Amino acid sequence: MDPAIRISPESVAPADEALARQDASLIDVAGLEFHYGKIKALDGVTMKIPEKQVTALIGPSGCGKSTLLRCFNRMNDLIENAHLTGGRVKIHGVDIYGSDVDVMELRKRVGMVFQKTNPFPNSVYENITFGLQLQGVKDKTKLDEVVERSLRAAALWGEVKDRLHESGLSLSGGQQQRLCIARAIAVEPEIILMDEPCSALDPVATARVEELIHQLKKKYTIVIVTHNMQQAARCSDRTAFLYLGKLIEYADTRTMFIKPSDSQTEAYVSGRFG
Amino acid sequence: MIGFSDIMKRFFDTELETFRSNLVLMGEIAVRQVRQAIEAMVNADLSLAEQVAAADDELDQLEIKIDEEAIRYMSLRSPVATELRLVIVGMKASHDLERVGDEATNIVRRVARLSSEPPLKSYEDLPRMAAMAVEMLRDALDCFLRVDAEKALAVCQRDKDVDEINRALYQELTGYMIENPKTTNRALELMFISKSVERIADHASNIAEEMIYLANGEDVRHTEATRNPDAS
Repeated sequence: MDPAIRISPESVAPADEALARQDASLIDVAGLEFHYGKIKALDGVTMKIPEKQVTALIGPSGCGKSTLLRCFNRMNDLIENAHLTGGRVKIHGVDIYGSDVDVMELRKRVGMVFQKTNPFPNSVYENITFGLQLQGVKDKTKLDEVVERSLRAAALWGEVKDRLHESGLSLSGGQQQRLCIARAIAVEPEIILMDEPCSALDPVATARVEELIHQLKKKYTIVIVTHNMQQAARCSDRTAFLYLGKLIEYADTRTMFIKPSDSQTEAYVSGRFG
Repeated sequence: MIGFSDIMKRFFDTELETFRSNLVLMGEIAVRQVRQAIEAMVNADLSLAEQVAAADDELDQLEIKIDEEAIRYMSLRSPVATELRLVIVGMKASHDLERVGDEATNIVRRVARLSSEPPLKSYEDLPRMAAMAVEMLRDALDCFLRVDAEKALAVCQRDKDVDEINRALYQELTGYMIENPKTTNRALELMFISKSVERIADHASNIAEEMIYLANGEDVRHTEATRNPDAS
């Protein structure tokens, strides 16, 4: 495991250096190719994802956006016959597909929230502490602190502070999704990947998660896959449009929704793509 | 690659076509209003002047209709990219065209007052200036149809020519008033007409700026590019 992956930037960089890096790229993707068996899912994707911003990946079903997202924490490694066949992904300048990378450590640094809410069938408290307990943390005071901090950061503390020992599955869909976000935050990642996090939520729960995303970007780098154009427009700072595995256009979100350069992007964001 | 077969026709596409048509119609009416207003002045044609004043209501109603359509489209269809720019530009351009109609009405009101007295001078500069303003207006509207940013920028740059004629007329008419105070009423009416024509050219220039935004998303208002051909 390369130290650059293991150590958070705050611990290695003086304050002024950290400030200077605010706009720096955190994830650097170059010529990325990915195959599911013989099917090419990503075809030469090159992009730089900035730190502490929200980057949205949009495109029609099957365009490769979820595959790209899962490349950022090597979740694709778990899929049979799925292979990175070209290019690289660097985080903090370190090739995360390098042979010496500790994948579990990488996934700790790069958390993930899925489309379908998936709390463990345990208590709210245990959902949050699960990752830490796996790491061997047993100190009750420390665990209590993390639970409160994570739930507060996920804007859920006020709603569940008296239900910490009830099942996570007893929460509403929107609360379950925020619980999953709290669980991802608990292990103090730098990057949070979200794969259509609101697709199963009603408008109020969606608004809460979007508000949360807006708050979280002060501390975390967020990459979100969404089919909801308005959500991409509302939540993200930068937007990438993918089609047939290729990155068609990648720019600040304002440009993508007001004056995209590519006619394919224009057709997609306008809903004229069928 | 997306081919033609991939671009969907949507059930509400006709709403934008109607929106465009209404803006084009407004432009045609506004151009006609200005032409007829100047014709009424040159020929002291009070009947034509009345027609111009009466038609102003048509422009007012179209402006309201365009605003309603734009608000409805933004609320229900969530336009982005070209469509968003079209709806925003349409609202702004319709406001400019409504003001062009108001200026034409101002001109014909003064024509009625001028007609009771002999002409102060032969009408040469004002029709020439009005023809330039009308041409700017027509070209700006043509840019809407053709989505031509380059031509639109040239329209903006022509505004200063109209301003120059307006300034020259102002000086000439001031001279009349100093030489013979009995000409004051007529000279003032002509000054106001000249000012109205100059304002019409300003509105044409505004519309042209809006067409540049429609074409390439660039906001050129209050920039040197719209004034100086060398800066663009």
